[in-house]
Amino acid sequence: MTTPMTRAMLEVNELTTRYITRFRESIYAVDHVSLSVGDGKSLGIAGESGCGKSTLALSLIGYYFPPLHYTSGEIIIDGRTITGMDPDEVRKTILGREISYIPQAAMNALNPTQRIIHFIEDVVLAHHPGTPKKEIYERARERFELLGLPASVLQKYPVELSGGMKQRTVIATSVILSPKVLIADEPSSALDVTSQKMVIKMILDLMDKGIIKSLVFITHELPLLYNVTDDIMVMYAGQVVEIGSADEIVFDSVHPYTRALMGSIIVPEKGLRDVKLTAIPGTPPNLKNPPSGCRFADRCKYVRPECRVAPVDLHETASGRVYRCIIPEQELRTLYEHEKR
Amino acid sequence: MNMKSDDIILSGKGVTKIYGFGPNRTVAVDHVDFSFKRGEVISIVGESGSGKTTLAKMLLGLTSLSDGQIYFEGKLRDIRTHRQKREYWKNCQAIFQDPFASFNIFRKIDAVLLDCIRLRHGRRLPDEQKVEMMREACRFVNLKWEELTNKYPFELSGGQQQRLMIARIFLLRPKILLADEPTSMIDACSRATILDMLMDLRSEIGMTPIFITHDIGLAYYVSDTVYIMEHGRFVESGSADDVILRPKEAYTRRLLDDVPKLHEEWDLSTV
Amino acid sequence: MRYMLGQIFSSVRFRIGFSIFAFILLTVLIYPLIITEPPLKTISRGTFLSPGIYVNVYDSIGFSPQYTLLLDGAAERRIAAKLNADDRASMKEWLVKAGLPEESIDTQDTAALLEVWHANFDPTIRLPGMTNADRNYYIRLNTALDGLLATEGATIAVPDATTGALKEQAVVDQTSYVNIYEVPNSRVFPLGTDNFGRDVLTELVAATGVSLIIGFVAGTVATVIGLLLGLISGFLGGFVDDAIIFVTNLFTVIPSFIILILITFSIGQDKRGAITIAVVIGLTSWVWTTRAVRAQVISLRNRDHVNLSRLSGHSTAYILMADIFPYIASYVVMAFILQVSSGILAEAGLSILGLGPRTTEVPTLGLMMNWGMIYQAHILGKWWAYFPVILVIALITFSLNLMQTGLDRVFNPTLRE
Ligand SMILES: Nc1ncnc2c1ncn2[C@@H]1O[C@H](COP(=O)(O)OP(=O)(O)OP(=O)(O)O)[C@@H](O)[C@H]1O
Ligand SMILES: Nc1ncnc2c1ncn2[C@@H]1O[C@H](COP(=O)(O)OP(=O)(O)OP(=O)(O)O)[C@@H](O)[C@H]1O
Ligand SMILES: [Mg+2]
Ligand SMILES: [Mg+2]
Repeated sequence: MTTPMTRAMLEVNELTTRYITRFRESIYAVDHVSLSVGDGKSLGIAGESGCGKSTLALSLIGYYFPPLHYTSGEIIIDGRTITGMDPDEVRKTILGREISYIPQAAMNALNPTQRIIHFIEDVVLAHHPGTPKKEIYERARERFELLGLPASVLQKYPVELSGGMKQRTVIATSVILSPKVLIADEPSSALDVTSQKMVIKMILDLMDKGIIKSLVFITHELPLLYNVTDDIMVMYAGQVVEIGSADEIVFDSVHPYTRALMGSIIVPEKGLRDVKLTAIPGTPPNLKNPPSGCRFADRCKYVRPECRVAPVDLHETASGRVYRCIIPEQELRTLYEHEKR
Repeated sequence: MNMKSDDIILSGKGVTKIYGFGPNRTVAVDHVDFSFKRGEVISIVGESGSGKTTLAKMLLGLTSLSDGQIYFEGKLRDIRTHRQKREYWKNCQAIFQDPFASFNIFRKIDAVLLDCIRLRHGRRLPDEQKVEMMREACRFVNLKWEELTNKYPFELSGGQQQRLMIARIFLLRPKILLADEPTSMIDACSRATILDMLMDLRSEIGMTPIFITHDIGLAYYVSDTVYIMEHGRFVESGSADDVILRPKEAYTRRLLDDVPKLHEEWDLSTV
Repeated sequence: MRYMLGQIFSSVRFRIGFSIFAFILLTVLIYPLIITEPPLKTISRGTFLSPGIYVNVYDSIGFSPQYTLLLDGAAERRIAAKLNADDRASMKEWLVKAGLPEESIDTQDTAALLEVWHANFDPTIRLPGMTNADRNYYIRLNTALDGLLATEGATIAVPDATTGALKEQAVVDQTSYVNIYEVPNSRVFPLGTDNFGRDVLTELVAATGVSLIIGFVAGTVATVIGLLLGLISGFLGGFVDDAIIFVTNLFTVIPSFIILILITFSIGQDKRGAITIAVVIGLTSWVWTTRAVRAQVISLRNRDHVNLSRLSGHSTAYILMADIFPYIASYVVMAFILQVSSGILAEAGLSILGLGPRTTEVPTLGLMMNWGMIYQAHILGKWWAYFPVILVIALITFSLNLMQTGLDRVFNPTLRE
């Protein structure tokens, strides 16, 4: 892997989680996922809708409630294994303090009848019962000002804030206890470009100012990930298909799926109009009974009969690239060269 | 098809929409002038609340104008009666932003497509011919009619629903298509598929697509002419290359700066 | 659809409400098949007969086979039933005045009381402070008690047609019994009879049926009017909306019950059938359905699926029916249920005020309350004439409201805890 050898803040080994539906079917939405985010580093997770990004985000915090169930694997935060801990213990000592999670569309889930400060009080009191309100207010004000948010926001109701402001408030609140790891699931997807930029700037500020140590950022917008995170992990149908540095993934990807994904990027830059976007035909497999071989086989341009025989493992090549495909790196590159001509 | 440069299909003068009155008065669209050439791909780009959707609704004849006139194929558009509206809608159709909200969840897919056939061809077609037309439309958008018939739209994924929307347009063959954020609710991977299909459809039936979007990259990719909208006004317009690569207005430059790019530095200090 | 029903019936509230309502409805439908006589037929001469089984005396003496049963304490019970509390108190009073110690007399122990009485009573003694009338009363009481203690049976005699002399026909022993089922005529009044001598239960079942019809008709009228006005006003907007809102505001400012009273009063006694009243109730209660529907339609009319339907060339009427109505149907069903229940209550209210349907043909729950009140059943303690009516009204509205909240929870999942 390309991450330089710093101390790992978040380390995940072969994590598998599944949904158990009302009809007792298992949906393995996170299937043997391993990843590692170093101190001061950030990891982006990309993939199509329904590939399990949000499920992975939820699984990473180690606190499971139905229909999501832990199956196997381990999660280590700054040297401390949290899988297998008592759920109540995880909620009290890990969530918010060690690792914080901002769910997709969190800003629309704010209770409209509560002032922002009330919301922050709830978070703090859950971990440090008995903290005086005055102290909480002071701390919140300090933190908000540090992040460039006016302190007057604290006394407002969610409806009085614009979308971008609400999202930034949610983020500032969720890191009020300075967790080591922040997991942000599509924090800017519902916003326009200007608000998106402000949200991103704030998240990067959190890293710069040392409020959080590591970041996991989820979105399907690849240009955004490229600009925000150090590494990018691409998921397909619950599995990791490729992982590498942002540059490697965006400009020099190996896996056919990642390639196809990169072919659908739209950015307002010179030359965009000359390329034809590549559309991936077909739909992702149903996770209730995924194909036994490579999960991407049905949509892959370079599919071979061997692809469908046995599950394909994620492997690392001599050059340090990590991807999930039976075709050797060199051969794939030749195929891509042919394509270009 | 007539591609003369002065063949204007849709134009407007002083088009204005004002919502509410008194303290609630909002000028959503403020005296905009435009002329869209037949066969060109047009984009209207603006931030949230700039009045894009309102303008689209006026172009479609779904809301009245507070002021100004719209000309369709050179003549003042007159859609006062239901009959005139139907006639206009044969020529001017739309695709909306949220595929999940665009279909009536109580009506089957067949009914949606049959509506289009009826609007275009009346009621007299034999059933086999209708089925054949639906089959063809579904084939065009890479869906199988056999798998869709007797289903409800909400049983499809977002991308599939948006494709069904395009199948509708295929059946209607309008002269103008207003696409209001057609890809903003579907993920980046399905976006290319939808855009491809819209472009294929354009060459297939020779329509004039008008994209309404906040995604300036998308506008640059698809369109010949770009209009930039701010607070209900057009602040800049011109060919896509001119507007995107050589923007004149500060507002356009800011919009461009705010988009993360691959080959240029994303300057976060400007917020 | 099946899934929807499953969802609805998974709500406990709905299930309870539905069970109560279904029970009431089934009773209303099945009862008339068993008891076929008209509900308003006068059956008893006296008014307010209390609940019980009524056995024909003539038949039980004359025609039914008689059996001898030897039951312990039968005589005591017979005497105890005849000797009421007032008589016992009077007996004690006489005895005390005659000089017996008060503690030695137990009015509850019938046998002992009678024994003391017979040992001491002498009609010739004039006790101090006793009027002539009192004395006569005690003499009458004493004679009656003598008869009570007799052990021979009652003689049945028939007057001779010519001489007029009584001729013994039969003797009914104190130990004779008849089987109720062998008596040709008997009648059960589970809820007694009312002031007109009508069987309250039969009347109540019929009244429940009529009240349900009134509620249903009133609810339908109110919902149809409210739905149509709400749809039109919400969807068309503009002048039509303003006009409809003006009318609904008028109706909101004046309490609808007052309008209802004025209208029913002006209709006149002879034209007030049950259905007329129901329609009038419906005509005065559509206002809030209109408001609710209008608010829903306004939030729907700018949805994309409505716009798409317009672009497909559908007419306004079609859009209202196909694109708007299905989305608000669940609300309309809930509003309808509430309208039915408030229609039943409104009828009850009107009838209590004497403005209910014409009285001779059909009973309604409200009319039964009204009769009970006019004939002072509540003052006389004849609970069976009004309490079951209140209970039925309460059960119907309770079950309908339970069903409504159950539906609300299914249709608006955000309300769920
Ligand atoms: N509560 C649930 N019960 C059962 N299956 C679920 C549930 N939530 C999600 N899934 C399934 O798990 C898979 C992954 O879903 P997830 O929400 O993690 O996708 P995602 O990558 O975040 O998609 P998006 O980009 O749309 O947010 C999907 O196939 C989905 O159908
Ligand atoms: N029905 C309405 N009544 C009153 N005001 C409205 C109505 N519809 C839109 N507006 C106002 O008009 C302005 C323009 O809205 P519009 O929906 O056209 O913006 P938009 O550019 O489409 O934004 P978005 O990107 O969020 O869709 C906004 O300020 C909005 O609040
Ligand atoms: Mg997600
Ligand atoms: Mg819009």
